[in-house]
Amino acid sequence: MFTFDDIKTHLADFTYEPLDVTGTMCAIIPSEKIRDVARIIKEQFGFTHFIDVLGVDRNERKMRFEVIYNLRNPQTKERIFLKTRCDERDPHVLSVVSIWSGANWHEREAFDMYGIIFDGHPDMRRMYMPDDFEYNPLRKDFPLMGVEGSIPLPEHPEMAVSMN
Amino acid sequence: MIEQELINPKTAPKQKIYEALLSKDTSVTLGEDSLDNQMILNMGPQHPATHGVLRVLLRLDGETIISSECELGYLHRGYEKLAENMTYHEFIPHTDRLDYISPIANNVAYCMAVEKLMHVHVPRRAEIIRVICCELARISSHLMAAGAMGMDVGALTVFVWTMREREKLYDIFDILTGARFTVSYMRIGGMAQDITPECISMIKVFMDGLAEATREIAALLHKNRIFIGRCEGIGIMPPEEAIDVGWTGPCLRASGIPSDLRRDQPYLIYPELDFNVITRTECDALARYFVRFDEVAESVKIIRQCLDKLQPGPIFADDAKVVLPRKGEIYTSMEELINDFVLVNFGQAPPKGESYSAIEASKGELGWYLISDGTGTPWRSKIRSPSFVNLQGLSRILEGAMISDTVAIIGSLDPIMGEADK
Repeated sequence: MFTFDDIKTHLADFTYEPLDVTGTMCAIIPSEKIRDVARIIKEQFGFTHFIDVLGVDRNERKMRFEVIYNLRNPQTKERIFLKTRCDERDPHVLSVVSIWSGANWHEREAFDMYGIIFDGHPDMRRMYMPDDFEYNPLRKDFPLMGVEGSIPLPEHPEMAVSMN
Repeated sequence: MIEQELINPKTAPKQKIYEALLSKDTSVTLGEDSLDNQMILNMGPQHPATHGVLRVLLRLDGETIISSECELGYLHRGYEKLAENMTYHEFIPHTDRLDYISPIANNVAYCMAVEKLMHVHVPRRAEIIRVICCELARISSHLMAAGAMGMDVGALTVFVWTMREREKLYDIFDILTGARFTVSYMRIGGMAQDITPECISMIKVFMDGLAEATREIAALLHKNRIFIGRCEGIGIMPPEEAIDVGWTGPCLRASGIPSDLRRDQPYLIYPELDFNVITRTECDALARYFVRFDEVAESVKIIRQCLDKLQPGPIFADDAKVVLPRKGEIYTSMEELINDFVLVNFGQAPPKGESYSAIEASKGELGWYLISDGTGTPWRSKIRSPSFVNLQGLSRILEGAMISDTVAIIGSLDPIMGEADK
């Protein structure tokens, strides 16, 4: 049974904030440590199956964005979550693509939707939105109806009515 | 359908996707003869073999694929943004449009995630009906995958035969849910209506006919030299790389890893059921086809056990603050009218917190990461869609393949773009 305290034997200055995601272990760790912790978790504790990355806009002045990693151990069937946070003015998080190649598209999606930049990512492009789109749609300050003129729409008279 | 263009890297369009494609290997050879040049072939987004609107750029040397790059987003509807702006119930019809081949399984996955967030337990009869629905959806999806893969490599008959069986399934969904395609059957804490004896007998007739139909399909395909020859040994994904890239579902099991959430993280009544986790060790496109084909028989086995276990009982959790009241009660009882008004207008308010819940859908692990801020709308609703992750491995398995294998390889992954693009 894995616990986050086990990481301390491999990384002496490891600190974390424990959290419970309805029955699943979770830890908030500093963003500069994420790659070291990820490598230890994968190589020493067998969390090789990369499930998901998601960004969250916490809508707070400090540490606005959160990145959540969803990991599984295929042998013991355990699941853990890792969390790290970054500030709005400096939205940089270390990429973990060099550790799990499965993080590639998920990190691109978080970049697309929140503008979180993953340092060390081999191909930091938008995932869904067009490359010349200027906004990050899942940020809480992006309106649901979109920003007028941000994306070229086909000529359609009824669409013009509904946008007004 | 396929437009092709010769790419001189010096004059190539300065588009980022081309840059990404070329940056993987900078040694572009330019020969005197135009046939010596490497070529970029743009496949999709409107190509019939991409099962939707997937765009794949292939960098070719002759007929061999050197590298490839996928582009998604042609069906991006922003469901995660929409989910943040509506109540938990209002989002259920949108889940139908994710993996539109097996909408009921998406309903179940979403409702289970919300129920986990709200600490609601559905009664046993509802759990059994949910398992039946999930397995019917799996049969529907796997038949579609098998038929479409056959069609991609030229066996059109199989597609027609699987569609014939799926037509019977749609009739069952029609009786069970009131809709054939986008069913929106599940509710938070239960389901829209109970299963009828008529529907149960239809399911039994369907399962008896399905055994004969799968035998016919097997007779047509499993010793077919063209089908085997076109699918065998292509798109090989070694197990450790499949794990690394995050594959789940039949694709991962075809690489020899017996990973199945129905076994590993049992939910609903799966721990009581007797079924096998199908695995193959060949790791190729044909193995992925066989895993799906064999899983159909396992699903039938599960449904038969579920029908035996089905006992009369409630299909809704007993919690008036979560479950929508029945229409008859709304018109006769003041309390239910108030509850209905509150639930429809403001939604259920789960406690502050986060939860992740996943089911083994037909394509793989379909999960929802929900973050609640204590109001009636989710703060964050992240869809972990299996097709998106399975497609991530496409570039890896296309490397070194022939261009004619592309359609079979994409077909063997069984991507649904509604789910991959969200």
